[in-house]
Amino acid sequence: MHIVVDYDLCESNAICMQIAPDVFEVRDDDFLYLLDETPGEDRRAAMDEAAQRCPKQAIRIED
Amino acid sequence: MGSSTLRNAVTIVGASLAGLRAAETLRRDGFEGTISLVGDEPRVPYDRPPLSKQLLSGEWEVDRISLSPPERFMSLDLDLRLGRRATGLDVSSHTLDVDGATEEYDGLLIATGARCRTLPGTDGLAGVYTLRTLDDSLAIREALRGGPRRVVVVGAGFIGAEVASTAVGYGVPVTMVEALPVPLGRVLGDTVGSVVAEVHVDNGVDLRCGVGVDEICGTDRVESVRLSNEAVVEADLVVVGIGAIPNTDWLEDSGLTVDDGVLCDKTCLAAPDVTAAGDVARWPNPRYGEVMRVEHWDNAVEQGAHAARRLMLTDEEAVPFTPVPWFWSDQYDRKVQLAGRPRPDDEVALVDGSFEERRFAVIYGREGLLTAVFGMNRPRQVMQFKGLLQRGASWSEALEFAGN
Ligand SMILES: Cc1cc2nc3c(=O)[nH]c(=O)nc-3n(C[C@H](O)[C@H](O)[C@H](O)COP(=O)(O)OP(=O)(O)OC[C@H]3O[C@@H](n4cnc5c(N)ncnc54)[C@H](O)[C@@H]3O)c2cc1C
Ligand code: SF4
Repeated sequence: MHIVVDYDLCESNAICMQIAPDVFEVRDDDFLYLLDETPGEDRRAAMDEAAQRCPKQAIRIED
Repeated sequence: MGSSTLRNAVTIVGASLAGLRAAETLRRDGFEGTISLVGDEPRVPYDRPPLSKQLLSGEWEVDRISLSPPERFMSLDLDLRLGRRATGLDVSSHTLDVDGATEEYDGLLIATGARCRTLPGTDGLAGVYTLRTLDDSLAIREALRGGPRRVVVVGAGFIGAEVASTAVGYGVPVTMVEALPVPLGRVLGDTVGSVVAEVHVDNGVDLRCGVGVDEICGTDRVESVRLSNEAVVEADLVVVGIGAIPNTDWLEDSGLTVDDGVLCDKTCLAAPDVTAAGDVARWPNPRYGEVMRVEHWDNAVEQGAHAARRLMLTDEEAVPFTPVPWFWSDQYDRKVQLAGRPRPDDEVALVDGSFEERRFAVIYGREGLLTAVFGMNRPRQVMQFKGLLQRGASWSEALEFAGN
């Protein structure tokens, strides 16, 4: 599983960080950092949820 | 995840955010039965927040606001009935009327959302708009592009504030009229509400608070707005943002309890085999011991999923829906976010930044508990405190966290 974030869309509201802090981190500079671009299959449900709840639809999951 | 053996088919009424996310959840959980999606708008589900932001400003075109990429949407394999309106429901006979024709349902999810409250006496007056649908947004955009002499925005709630901000971006003079002495004072309290109000003034908006609108004047087309303090503001474009009314007209005599929304139990069940979600649903949130209806994007997503799963569970398996409400709003170059349920008389503490910089986070507390967090350009802090809210953190714990 490959996680892609469209940084032009992302507005760093950190919803994804709340769902999966092991993958997404919004730092003090207010930018989002992807901590893990290829999380394991066991994280699929969380990644789906993050993609669905990102209000900017900035998260894409590529298989 | 529910056993998908409980039913063969689910009908979802309302093809927007809550309805679509419900359908996606059912498929993701492995439901293979028929999902029928009935919606009265003649287009595939689209996202509303951009209607007052990127679409209205012209930064985006219509192709950017779809809620689901076409391939993903197709893969849901829906029985898609767009441009069709549910006109009646009878829970005792398990039947639904669509455009007057009666059909049976197995499981039913109600996600018909809300529509705009309007000002009386403005029907048929050109130049007066509300903003809820794609067509509304395109019409207001067209009007803004026409270079109006002045826009009057009635209501300084979040949607009014976003429209004002977008209009300023067009270089159009804006007057914003708000009945409350402090915009959003009833939500955020007067101190924080005032800061939000000052941002409008910083950006050149003529903000009139504590006055109502007595009359929108004009014969065919709006010419001016007469305020309750007798002031008259000339305007050729008026956008009214004074709240929303849940779409429940079709549920009269349905057997459901309708009272400012469809009343559900704490698991989002409104009647046997019927659930509701999104702007139309009212339910007792056990986290707050309060019956609430939440008109926020994130709630429609979460509750859509919850109500979908609820349809696949027995009463014994069902779990309550206990979210901490959260929403965002973009105004000018500021992004504001609120999580939790503040009350205007809650204790308030500034935990980051400063009001002067228009970059801050404040927390709200009552009776020893943290109740809410509000941030302006402070998303990370808002989410951190939202985490505390979810855990039911105490006020002192929150203050201690802020100190670190
Ligand atoms: C301009 C605007 C900006 C917004 N910005 C933000 C924001 O920045 N942040 C935020 O958190 N929230 C925002 N929101 C709120 C958010 O968009 C809503 O909470 C969300 O759309 C609710 O989704 P829903 O599916 O419950 O209802 P809706 O989106 O209202 O959808 C209901 C659907 O059901 C259809 N329908 C109604 N009656 C029937 C019937 N009888 N038969 C068939 N179909 C029917 C309607 O036509 C509609 O398509 C904004 C809303 C608007 C209008
Ligand atoms: S939820 Fe979306 S917009 Fe928010 S930080 Fe994550 S990727 Fe960015």
